[in-house]
Amino acid sequence: MKAAAFAYARATSVVNALELLAAHGDKAKVLSGGQSLMPAMNLRLLSPDLLVDIGGLAELQGVAVKGGTLVIGALTRHVDLLRSAEVALHAPLLREAAAHIAHPAIRNRGTLGGSLAHADPASELPACIAVLDATIVVRAPSGERRIAATEFFKGIYETALLPQELLVAVEMPARGKGSAFFFQEYARRHGDYAIAGLAARATIDDGRFSDLRLGFFAVGDRPLLAAAASKLTNVSVTPTVLADAAATLVDELDPQGDQQASPAMRRHLAQVLLRRCVAALLARPDLETGAAQ
Amino acid sequence: MTGSAMDALSVLDRPNSYIGKTVPRPNLDRLLQGRGQYVSDLELPRMAHVVFLRSPHAHARIVSIDADAARRMPGVVAVVSGRELETVITPWVGVLSHMKGLKSAPQRAIAVGRVCWQGEAVAAVVATSRAAAEDAAEQIAVDYEQLDAVTDMRTALDPSTPIIHASLGDNLAFERALHAGDVDLALSGSDAVVEAEFLFGRHTGVTLEPRAVVADWNAAEARLTIYQGTQAPHMVQNIAALHLGLKETQVRVVCKDVGGSFGIKVHIYADEMATYALSKLLRRPIKFVADRVESFNTDIHARDHRCKGRIGVKQDGTITAFEIDDLTGIGPYSMYPRTSAVEANQVVNLVGGPYLTQNYRARARVVFQNKNVMCQYRAVGHPIACSVTEGLVDLAAAKIGMDPVEIRRRNLIADDAYPCTSPSGMKFERLSHHASLTKLLQMMDYEGLRAEQAALRGTKVHRGIGIASFIEITNPSAAFYGVGGAKISSQDGVAVRLDAQGSVICQTSITEQGQGSESLTAQIVGSVLGVSMDRVRVILGDTDNTPYGGGTWASRGAGIGGEAALQAAKVLRANILDVAAAILQSTPAGLDIAGNSVVDAIDGTPRIELSELARIVYFRPDTLPPGIRPELMATRHFVPRQYPFAFTNGVQASWLEIDTETGFIKLLKHWVVEDCGTIINPQLVDEQIRGGVVQGLGAALFEKCIYDERGQLTNANMADYLVPMSGEMPDIEIGHVVSPTLESELGAKGAGEAGTAGAAAAVANAVNDALRPFGVIITEIPLTPQVILTALGRI
Ligand SMILES: Cc1cc2nc3c(=O)[nH]c(=O)nc-3n(C[C@H](O)[C@H](O)[C@H](O)COP(=O)(O)OP(=O)(O)OC[C@H]3O[C@@H](n4cnc5c(N)ncnc54)[C@H](O)[C@@H]3O)c2cc1C
Repeated sequence: MKAAAFAYARATSVVNALELLAAHGDKAKVLSGGQSLMPAMNLRLLSPDLLVDIGGLAELQGVAVKGGTLVIGALTRHVDLLRSAEVALHAPLLREAAAHIAHPAIRNRGTLGGSLAHADPASELPACIAVLDATIVVRAPSGERRIAATEFFKGIYETALLPQELLVAVEMPARGKGSAFFFQEYARRHGDYAIAGLAARATIDDGRFSDLRLGFFAVGDRPLLAAAASKLTNVSVTPTVLADAAATLVDELDPQGDQQASPAMRRHLAQVLLRRCVAALLARPDLETGAAQ
Repeated sequence: MTGSAMDALSVLDRPNSYIGKTVPRPNLDRLLQGRGQYVSDLELPRMAHVVFLRSPHAHARIVSIDADAARRMPGVVAVVSGRELETVITPWVGVLSHMKGLKSAPQRAIAVGRVCWQGEAVAAVVATSRAAAEDAAEQIAVDYEQLDAVTDMRTALDPSTPIIHASLGDNLAFERALHAGDVDLALSGSDAVVEAEFLFGRHTGVTLEPRAVVADWNAAEARLTIYQGTQAPHMVQNIAALHLGLKETQVRVVCKDVGGSFGIKVHIYADEMATYALSKLLRRPIKFVADRVESFNTDIHARDHRCKGRIGVKQDGTITAFEIDDLTGIGPYSMYPRTSAVEANQVVNLVGGPYLTQNYRARARVVFQNKNVMCQYRAVGHPIACSVTEGLVDLAAAKIGMDPVEIRRRNLIADDAYPCTSPSGMKFERLSHHASLTKLLQMMDYEGLRAEQAALRGTKVHRGIGIASFIEITNPSAAFYGVGGAKISSQDGVAVRLDAQGSVICQTSITEQGQGSESLTAQIVGSVLGVSMDRVRVILGDTDNTPYGGGTWASRGAGIGGEAALQAAKVLRANILDVAAAILQSTPAGLDIAGNSVVDAIDGTPRIELSELARIVYFRPDTLPPGIRPELMATRHFVPRQYPFAFTNGVQASWLEIDTETGFIKLLKHWVVEDCGTIINPQLVDEQIRGGVVQGLGAALFEKCIYDERGQLTNANMADYLVPMSGEMPDIEIGHVVSPTLESELGAKGAGEAGTAGAAAAVANAVNDALRPFGVIITEIPLTPQVILTALGRI
């Protein structure tokens, strides 16, 4: 379990990093927190010729509110999401999610940009930024482009990012209070990747959802913004309405099976998450158990 | 107090005794300051690193190996095949003569001609660094012709299944049948007979430090020094010498700190043998440290059993009989030298062990498969025997509508019935099942929990209580291995000497892998001698510098090595008092040693400091009275002779909650009451039990080596193989009952495996207790959410 030999370059600026990536094409890999890349290299699943370390680039760091937009730099560590006052105020969902990512040692190094670029379908943060209506800011030698979070994830470890591009930041509307959030995941042990999870944002008026975004993760090849949410918006949610939404959700899902959970189990858990989410957000414990029991 | 009254007092009850006290381990500072001497860290001049190219197939013929490109890679010293290594080291067969009928095939350090499991080594690459060797290993081209793999133990004996070793005639490694009493009569006279099949996941030990060895052949001395993290240095010495064609004096085994063993490091592995042989072949130090992936593929696995069980019960709760049919698959070879028949054999020995019934029938079959080898891991056979026995007892209780505690009260062997013998012939000197159960119920507030459980069921919260009584084999005599012809010593030795400044050097043949062997030895020697622990230095893990002995395994270190330490210290004390009496013109009986001084036995007045006595003995012997010949070093050995094993007992309880929607289990609390006889260091004992429980809970909920039908291990990494972690562990409360063994003056039995023995059984019983309203019974571990949801019909 030793990585094959590779060359290492510490980028001095974003421009320098982009030059290095352009020069080496897909033989180079960006090194951010290293928490996904290094294990893959040690297992020799990946053997890049060159690592471009962006860890020292101040341009990619920091969390700030600019106008009505919350901007989070690509190098923001998971631990920073837990500690940032801006995140706590405008995107508490990210803080809640970050507490479920791995363990402190990994959260101290792993970065938001790395997690999104890596695009593990079981990761928390991709689902959260889809729910939060975020935009991903990407730089190429030719300039900058913005990709909606919902368009960014293409499949297992696949994104809209090109080899010569760098993910530099994530932007999202700075909403302050006014939304309700729900986050829950099922993992075999604390810190393990989820076998099913749900991040949600809702606006609730008079006991009804006027807006509801349901971001499921670990139940498909990428985060799923469930269309089932529309069945629950602007209606009085009854067990029947909820069961109908759950049925819609099951049709939307195409989960993988693995050693922790079969596709059937993931479908089942997604429905449990849906019921628990709706019951919690509407403070209606009666909705929780649903049809089962 | 008179001198003779002093002698009547146990050597353990002396003033300032360390026995029964939680004293910090002497080795803590060294380990915490990073000064541990782990083999993984060892560097020697001219040392090279070996990486083994391992078979990707479960069963295949090796057609050819092309290593030319690998040999040309930078840093490569040699690429060695099984054939080349055969010239240096002979093959071995893992059998013991007292396991009648046990058979296995010759196993080689590196495969020759054929590979029998995914992970078996096919070539060794030796290079100047591990990374260089890995780079070169990628360049070796091996041409394999795949053969049918035998993977399912249930069909291993079918005539249509290929035979792994043609010379053996079939895939049956070992079979044992036992019948005591009259099971058929007992079952036919029962009010209810319940049966179930219990399934156990194959799992492994996952030591923090992987297996590590540095072998250093010194051609000038014609001597091999093996630095290895092992539990049995003298066993390694014997076997390395035997297969390398050396005398034992030509092999020195050094074993300093070991990062966890759990039985994983008590065996002889092919890659370790290859490393010794490579050092001899290449005449330089060679280092092998298993990486995590190869640890999963080659460290012994354990517990892959399917066991059918049957129990008969009368309406009044009397258990009339136990019957089992156990099947286990052990991989392609019986492991060397302890064999892979031991776990199944233990299952037969232990099922029904805590209970009164003398009607017992058992069959165990051990079959070969093309998977990694299986062998002894912490609590060998116990978790299986305990899960089957306690699972059946709970099923019987449920069938007749009796509380699980009540049925145990009615059937556990009475505390005053000892000595007695189990239907499988196990001799019990003295156990305390009832006292332990009573204490457990008190600690957990059984009635209170039952009330809480009932109240919560109304709110759809499903909690369960599981109880598991167990017995544990400790302090094994020669009955374990010696009688079967293995050169594995069941005795241990300790040498103690007083040095010139009055401090004590103690050499022991037991080893330290983190459990506190060093500490307990120093506690015993310090207490018996009357010397403070900071003056006692313990040396272990070096065949050149310790007495001959077995090492640390099978919960034997404290009971056997501890007794040897006690006896050696007693002799040294008497020798010191003889000299002191001569110097002080007193009598040995009128003197004692306390607080590092010889004192007056009656009033405790200090008479001469040990340092002064040592000064006189070593530097001014001319001033001693004529005829006095001081002997300030003493050696004693100990082995149990009266009982083959010192059985211990105990009982565990689990309290847990099941989310019946998600299938997730939350462990709320775990209790253990156990009886290991004399407790030398309460904290060390409690932490042994806690650690053991955690490994048992790992088996219950998480750990499983998942093989596919082609014999590929599909989760050989720390992300997919789930070890139990602190976040999921409940608080574990521990209580004790103390029934010392009378075979030794120390009275200590073992405590290393008790936790592992019963934890999974308690959890499984608690799960079935929680699921009772659903009419569901699960007899399979690990109890994953998938298993629970499937049983509940949710998916
Ligand atoms: C034991 C363990 C448990 C874990 N558990 C979880 C978990 O429960 N949930 C979870 O979400 N994650 C988990 N992780 C992964 C962790 O969150 C990683 O930190 C994260 O997935 C990747 O972030 P990183 O900064 O470490 O990226 P790196 O490992 O440095 O890089 C990951 C990939 O992204 C690319 N990349 C990185 N940054 C950029 C960028 N700015 N632009 C373009 N490409 C880039 C890299 O080239 C590489 O391909 C776990 C990791 C470990 C080791």
